[in-house]
Amino acid sequence: MLAPESQSEYAEGAGHAAEAAFPPFDPTYFASQLFWLAISFIVLYVLLSRFVLPRIGGAIEERRDRIADDLDTAAQLKAQADETVRAYEKSLADARAKAHSVAAEAKAAADAEVAEAIRKADAELEAKLAESEDRIRASRDAALGEVRTIAADTAVVAVEHLAGLEVSEDDAAKAVDAVKE
Amino acid sequence: MADATNPIKQFEIHPIADFSIGGWNLSFTNSSFFMVTSVVLVAGLLSLAMSKRALVPGRSQSVAELLYEFVAGMIRSTAGDAGLKFFPFVFTLFAFILMGNMLGMFPYFPAPGFHGFTFTSHIIVTFALALVVMAIVIGYGVFKHGLKFFSLFFPSGVPWPLYILLTPIEIISFLSRPVTLGVRLFANMLAGHILLKVFAGFIIMLGSVGALGVLGAVAPLIMVVALTALEFLVAFLQAYVFAVLTCIYLSDALHPGH
Repeated sequence: MLAPESQSEYAEGAGHAAEAAFPPFDPTYFASQLFWLAISFIVLYVLLSRFVLPRIGGAIEERRDRIADDLDTAAQLKAQADETVRAYEKSLADARAKAHSVAAEAKAAADAEVAEAIRKADAELEAKLAESEDRIRASRDAALGEVRTIAADTAVVAVEHLAGLEVSEDDAAKAVDAVKE
Repeated sequence: MADATNPIKQFEIHPIADFSIGGWNLSFTNSSFFMVTSVVLVAGLLSLAMSKRALVPGRSQSVAELLYEFVAGMIRSTAGDAGLKFFPFVFTLFAFILMGNMLGMFPYFPAPGFHGFTFTSHIIVTFALALVVMAIVIGYGVFKHGLKFFSLFFPSGVPWPLYILLTPIEIISFLSRPVTLGVRLFANMLAGHILLKVFAGFIIMLGSVGALGVLGAVAPLIMVVALTALEFLVAFLQAYVFAVLTCIYLSDALHPGH
């Protein structure tokens, strides 16, 4: 740690080494130190209190405000979102209820139509059944009538062959009727 | 060589520019140089750190804000929110002493006189700072509370005969505050730097003996490394202690009755 000017410094130091013992207690530069301390400290105080510290404090304050603002905004947005969700759910529930009622109506209408169709079909079938029965009865009657004639004819022919008698058809018919009864 | 191992050399003051007013020697010295450097560094670094003033702080801005919150928290916890009106003063005191102590940790500094210097290792400086603190405490206390400020010497909740004993003790303790405040910082810096230099001197002395000496110099070297770390801690701690005690004394000026 030899300083360039240490030669002269050292000589000077040795010069008043006898009178000035320990540098921190050497009063030679007390006034100078106090003077420059006062200047330095006051200048630093003014610089810090006027310019630097308000700047730092302002930045911190600004951030705090900004964060508080952002939190407020977030809360507001969340409330809005909640509101939207509520509205959406409500409309969804409404739509569902409406859909239910529409479905129920449609089902009722369809049921009614089906019932009507069934009823109509039943009626038609009934009518057709009745008609068919009539037709069957008529055919049977007709067939039965013919059986009588055939029986009379057969009787006439049988009598003629067996007995050689000439029987009129009317008589034969009467006889058939009598047998039948 | 005598200079290199002289542990007192680092405290010497060398004039750089002589000048005097009214017979007072007010020369600009290496001590003044370090004070001015401290001012420039504190103000400059903090301004630089806050130059962007970003909403999301960068590294340097975080440090500046950390320092700000640190000092503000210190005042709030010792003197309450009312103490914040002294915030610029306490911050200046803390930053100035801290920067002075830290600059003193340079073993070599390209400064006039070409040796590191710690202006807080001179009692006149620390004592002057302590006196400023006490002047503010007494000045503000009397200005704010008038004679009630002196109720500081009469602790409440004590039977009155005890005042005969207590009041002198309180007065003595009050009067000794500037002394202890100034001497604490001064003595810590002085002792630490002498110790560092003594061990560093051992290294040079042993190193000049020969090969065995160089080997032996390892022990004081380790010591110097360890002491340097300790001194960094002390440099911060003493600045902090000075600032905290200032806050506590200011708290007396703010609420003398307690």
